[in-house]
Amino acid sequence: MSDALATGNLPFPPRPDYLRNGRTVTSWLTTTDHKRIAILFALAITFFFFLAGAAITAVRIELLSPQGHFMTSDTYNKLFSFHGIVMVWFFLVPSIPNTFGNFLIPMMIGAPDVAFPRLNLLSWYLFMIAGLVTVYMLVAGGVDTGWTFYTPYSTMFSNTHVLAAAAGVFIAGFSSIASGVNFITTIHMLRAPGMTWFRLPLFVWAIYATSIIVVLATPVLAISLMLVIAERWLGLPIFDPAHGGDPILFQHLFWFYSHPAVYIMILPAMGVVSEIIPCFARRRIFGYDFMVYAMLAIAGIGFFVWGHHMFVSGMSPYAGLVFSFLSFIIAVPSAIKVFNWTASLYRGQISFDAPMLYALGFVGLFTTGGLSGLFLASIPVDVHVTDTYFVVAHFHYIMVGGSVSAFFAALHFWWPKITGRMYPESWGRFGAILMYFGFNLTFFPQFLAGYLGMPRRYHTYPPEFQIYNIMSSSGAAILAAAYLLPLGYLTWSLFYGKRAGSNPWRATGLEWTTTSPPPPENFDSQPRVDRAPYDYHPEGYSAGLGEPEVQNAREVE
Amino acid sequence: MSSLFMPPEASTHAVHVDAIFIGILILSALITIAVFALIIVFAVRYRRGSQAKRGKLPELVSREFEIGWTTATLFLFVFLFWWAAAADLTGLTAPANAIEIHVVAKQWMWKTQHASGAREINALHVPIGKPVRLIMTSQDVIHSFFVPAFRIKQDVLPDRQTETWFQATKTGVFPLLCAEFCGTDHSMMRGRIVVMRPEDYAKWLTVQPQGDDLAHQGAQLFVSRGCSGCHAEASKVHAPKLEGLYGRSVQLADGRHVTADEAYIRDSMLQPKKDVTAGYEPIMPSYAGLLDDGEIDSLTAYIRSLATSTGDAR
Repeated sequence: MSDALATGNLPFPPRPDYLRNGRTVTSWLTTTDHKRIAILFALAITFFFFLAGAAITAVRIELLSPQGHFMTSDTYNKLFSFHGIVMVWFFLVPSIPNTFGNFLIPMMIGAPDVAFPRLNLLSWYLFMIAGLVTVYMLVAGGVDTGWTFYTPYSTMFSNTHVLAAAAGVFIAGFSSIASGVNFITTIHMLRAPGMTWFRLPLFVWAIYATSIIVVLATPVLAISLMLVIAERWLGLPIFDPAHGGDPILFQHLFWFYSHPAVYIMILPAMGVVSEIIPCFARRRIFGYDFMVYAMLAIAGIGFFVWGHHMFVSGMSPYAGLVFSFLSFIIAVPSAIKVFNWTASLYRGQISFDAPMLYALGFVGLFTTGGLSGLFLASIPVDVHVTDTYFVVAHFHYIMVGGSVSAFFAALHFWWPKITGRMYPESWGRFGAILMYFGFNLTFFPQFLAGYLGMPRRYHTYPPEFQIYNIMSSSGAAILAAAYLLPLGYLTWSLFYGKRAGSNPWRATGLEWTTTSPPPPENFDSQPRVDRAPYDYHPEGYSAGLGEPEVQNAREVE
Repeated sequence: MSSLFMPPEASTHAVHVDAIFIGILILSALITIAVFALIIVFAVRYRRGSQAKRGKLPELVSREFEIGWTTATLFLFVFLFWWAAAADLTGLTAPANAIEIHVVAKQWMWKTQHASGAREINALHVPIGKPVRLIMTSQDVIHSFFVPAFRIKQDVLPDRQTETWFQATKTGVFPLLCAEFCGTDHSMMRGRIVVMRPEDYAKWLTVQPQGDDLAHQGAQLFVSRGCSGCHAEASKVHAPKLEGLYGRSVQLADGRHVTADEAYIRDSMLQPKKDVTAGYEPIMPSYAGLLDDGEIDSLTAYIRSLATSTGDAR
């Protein structure tokens, strides 16, 4: 202990880790520990992920035949709407930020908790209320507007539970905003001594950029849903053209949120992958500062491209040109990131553990999905493929291939830190490979069906598209297995998994310098930072296999 | 170029779209192959413990490298934008000699009407090689007129007119689909476009139950719905005269000028208080709910015919 005494650290009495610090249900439901709240969020979004997954399973079975056999068109329309609403607002938007972001941001910057711990808990309760309203909406009979709530269908014509659906999403928005404000404040105010902005791990930058989008864009979603509720419930003529309203106005408002929302879903995924690739390649990330600027550029330009969802809506064709131009421009920072991840492998010492396989899968799928976006940015091609399965394939490559793969990458990377246990590695690798191929089999045929002209949201369809739908549905079966598999072996590992040390991957971040699972206040002594992240080898050299320099200077000494 | 991967290419516009599509496809295939190849080569060559050369990094892996590929990507994407935008602008407006077809969408059917007055449901017959301009409106929610073989799609909006156009280059029957979700039977809102040789089209038109053409139907409605009570030449009421109105610039009571096009005429029937002509009292009642979209199209056609019959069109 002489070292500890010399640096001013005294030995500590034994203390429980955050999981064992209170064992009652109440201790969980009233906790303000960001790590526990992260677990609460994780349980909630896992429930919603499988609920929305069940809805789309029914849809994919129905689409095996062009005529459909098992359900009415109304049921079909409600199922795909429920899938979209729940996957977007109750899984993807909160997925990485509210679970891994919540768990890791304070630890990565060397803080004991987030800036507003009680607001953090409130965010979870708001999310649960929103979830309850949405489950009520489902039980009461569902909604059939699609996740986009286009007017005047949603306000004047639909006979389903639009009010409950809109209310659920409206409330979920406040949960997003609360968490966004919390992350921004935490990153500004609670960084450890020496943790300057350009020493932040890229995951922190990603959550920071995401939070800025959340705080600026989500109010617009709330406004548009309020207006839908006002028109449908109170009869205020806002979007109804018969009373001088404008249905296109809704689309502008909706996409002003919902296009940036795509970046809310993908930026955290980019952050996750930027942590994992350096660790398993034992390399510094290539072009750290470019990665930061690229994320900020995506967050900024992302606010000005919403019109590319509306090229056929009747909007001015000249406005269309501006949106088309900016949509091409925003592809540049995304390309930078792909090139940099690839370049980070150069002269590495690469091992292919499960998190790395998921992360490499992400890069492949994000590249494919991102490039398919070029077709949608060019107006003449977009006119042909918009509202077809081409678009369905495109955004699933980004959101499922991208964000969900990264979610699983994060889950496997930080699982030892969160639970203190290792999962069976070969099952993890098998799951990652299964997910990659299942995903491609599900969604690649949809590009083909889309260019051939199969519109989305079709219950019955012309028979020439059947072959593509059969391929998609078989892929979906594989994908379902790949999603269920981790549920099994990760649960197993909780009880029988090997104990993980503090730093099983020999990574450099501050979160790896505390115990697994971490103590309630994260660190036994305040970390001090004297170096940039990803210090896996000396500057100007290739990867080595030696011990990396972690960011916590106390550990270094 | 119709195949397993391409729908039939049956309009002049389809050729342009496919050219851009294939261009971007080749480009993105090259980028994908490059990225995947690099990942695989690096993954194999630099797998942990391999004997590949490591040591000090070469000078090449530097900041200039990063700036280089960023700039290259930027130029490439700006070029793609220019190419696609140029194609988009050239196809923006229909040629002046285009055949006009009125399309009315409703849950869940397409109604089309030819200038001769012939009407069809979930079908549209057109001649090959002639530009066809579609003037479309919806009676309820937003629909979208989608013909994959022509590579055209245009949303069809309630109480507003949108347009698109095409020139067919192949005879045959091509699917017409609704592409904007519009309720229960959205996926059943399908029809067919029949492209015929011009002589067959002429023959087909003559055997249709013509009724009167649109302008004649409009003339009858003009009297039966009471429009003539105020707007006819002999009327005592102080109302704007409609002869020579179409296409002219009209001064409004609030000082604005508007061109009397289809949209203006339609608005004047449904929301007469919106654009009041200078020098007239806003006394006209709204006909919203009293006229259906087909009747509005007929009345508009009649008002247009008044512009030419008096000889001072445009």
